[in-house]
Amino acid sequence: MTLPRIELLLALLGAAAMVLAAMATPWMKFVLTIALAKGIAVLGIMLLLRAGQVSFGHALYVALGAYAVAFLAPALPDAALLLPAAALVTTIAGTIIGLFVSRYREIFFGMLNLALSMVFYSMLEKFYHYTKGTDGIRVPSLGVAGLQLDRVTYEWTVFGTALALAFCFGLFARVYLASPMGQALAAIKTRETRLDFMGVSSRNVLLAAYVLSAMMAGCAGALIAMTSRHVTPLLSYWTASGELVFIAILGGAGGVLGPFLGAVAYELVRVYAAATVADMWQMILGAVLLLVILFARGGIWGLVSVRLQRRRTA
Amino acid sequence: MGDWLEQNGALLGLALLDGIASAALIFMVAVGLNLVFGVLRVLNVAHGSLFAIGAYAAASIGLFAASAGLPGWASLLALLLAAMLVGLVLGPLIEQLLLRRVYGEEPVLQLLVTFALFMILEDAQKLVWGVQPVSFSVPVSLMGTVDVPFGTDVIPYNTYQVVLLPAVAVVTLVGLALFLRRTLTGRVILAVTTDREAATAMGIDARRVYLLTFTFGAMLAALGGALSTPTASLVPGIGASTIVLSFAVVATAGLGQIEGAALTALMIGIGRSVAVTFAPELEVVVPYIIMVAVLLVRPQGLFGVVETRRV
Repeated sequence: MTLPRIELLLALLGAAAMVLAAMATPWMKFVLTIALAKGIAVLGIMLLLRAGQVSFGHALYVALGAYAVAFLAPALPDAALLLPAAALVTTIAGTIIGLFVSRYREIFFGMLNLALSMVFYSMLEKFYHYTKGTDGIRVPSLGVAGLQLDRVTYEWTVFGTALALAFCFGLFARVYLASPMGQALAAIKTRETRLDFMGVSSRNVLLAAYVLSAMMAGCAGALIAMTSRHVTPLLSYWTASGELVFIAILGGAGGVLGPFLGAVAYELVRVYAAATVADMWQMILGAVLLLVILFARGGIWGLVSVRLQRRRTA
Repeated sequence: MGDWLEQNGALLGLALLDGIASAALIFMVAVGLNLVFGVLRVLNVAHGSLFAIGAYAAASIGLFAASAGLPGWASLLALLLAAMLVGLVLGPLIEQLLLRRVYGEEPVLQLLVTFALFMILEDAQKLVWGVQPVSFSVPVSLMGTVDVPFGTDVIPYNTYQVVLLPAVAVVTLVGLALFLRRTLTGRVILAVTTDREAATAMGIDARRVYLLTFTFGAMLAALGGALSTPTASLVPGIGASTIVLSFAVVATAGLGQIEGAALTALMIGIGRSVAVTFAPELEVVVPYIIMVAVLLVRPQGLFGVVETRRV
């Protein structure tokens, strides 16, 4: 079997394992839904990492997607409409901001994204009249495609949607990365000037990936809002962006499974550990991030794929 | 306009003084960030944490000095001592243990390493000093107030912010410029900034220069923090807002520009304090509006130089 085939097989196995875990323990359903949502957002971060760029502000789009759901829910109490709406809002925001930040690389790219997300955070906090400040907004109970579901069915529906979306986005990212657009993305990292000499606009290549990543983060935010039913400005704080970058590096940017492996591992550890070491959580994340960067650059997926390849050659 | 100025003159004057005071602090942080970037080519995301730790350390040392019954002027020394201590301890530690491993690596990796450090230091600071606001205002009350004439009004303002802070910033600016251009060590630093390979070929120990510069930059950040202590109440999160704000200054001025950073700090500091006075809800946004506006017209920053692209 070739590596892409194995990857697909692993994805299906992983999905089956998640469904079983969610059936066995109800609270796992909640944790895994959040993990899948974050995995989708991290997939977007991974696209940018392929271009050698890192955004320290993508929580902005997660929060925007979540707030879009919270704002629109009273007028439009249907998850099947809110999800595309959140995707649309974040796509538009991603395009406008992307037109600006895609002119920059590396330090500027990362820091401008951080600055914008911090501005958004402060605005969510300050404009109490509209956003209820740090209290956040409660999302009312939602129907799905015209049906009013009971709580358990609703939770299963959101979980299923997250899983399906994760699968679709994962497949799409694989096709995208193999396409000329995706190849050009990797060329931005190696030597951008040559790309321009070939007549390819590196700015547009990066912009396309940026808009995609914003949209994915928006969908993630919408799913988080639908699951936790409560949105706060903290969704866009720098620690949330740091979390996404952390998961991306932990999971590994080498394959599309990386973000999801990283997200599930991260959320499971967080459920058990975060409460006991709440004061040191960021510190532990930072230390693990350092260790991964310095000693295991490929992340979890890097370790897994090296094993798999070794088995194949042996 | 005349009427408006007559009614709001004093308010505007107050906003300008506030702006100058905060610009002095922003400058101290931004100039360190710039200097470190210029030499090491690494943007230290944890630079804001050094500011925060400097601020907390100053409060601790100052409060200790006060409880030990030392005279008031000792509190000013406490600020200086805190900055030196934080810079001399954390600076070499970070450079030797962490940054040294990633010189010459991809920029993304370097950013990630300092970002990880930022995450670690933010929690470390919370563990040491807790989450309750800390304040230490002895130096402000010690120095009293001064009457600043503004048009027809006279504005009483505290001496600490309107005299001492700008004075320290100006001394830093002039001292740094003289140090870099007139002393041997300074010229060595400039040589490494301009062309590391050529400088190394001439027998300059670039690693030593890196260590020196980073320690000095850390000290400047900590000094900025220490100086902010007497007029601010310290809460978790100041590290994050400081790095973002000082990056806005550095980006607007152009990476690596020292004199430019001073002017931009003044622009952004005053812009922000005018917003605080006349449109408080815009306070946080103003620095970034200025930054985005400048970057849209001049992507390399106000004083930056366009870098040639390599094929």
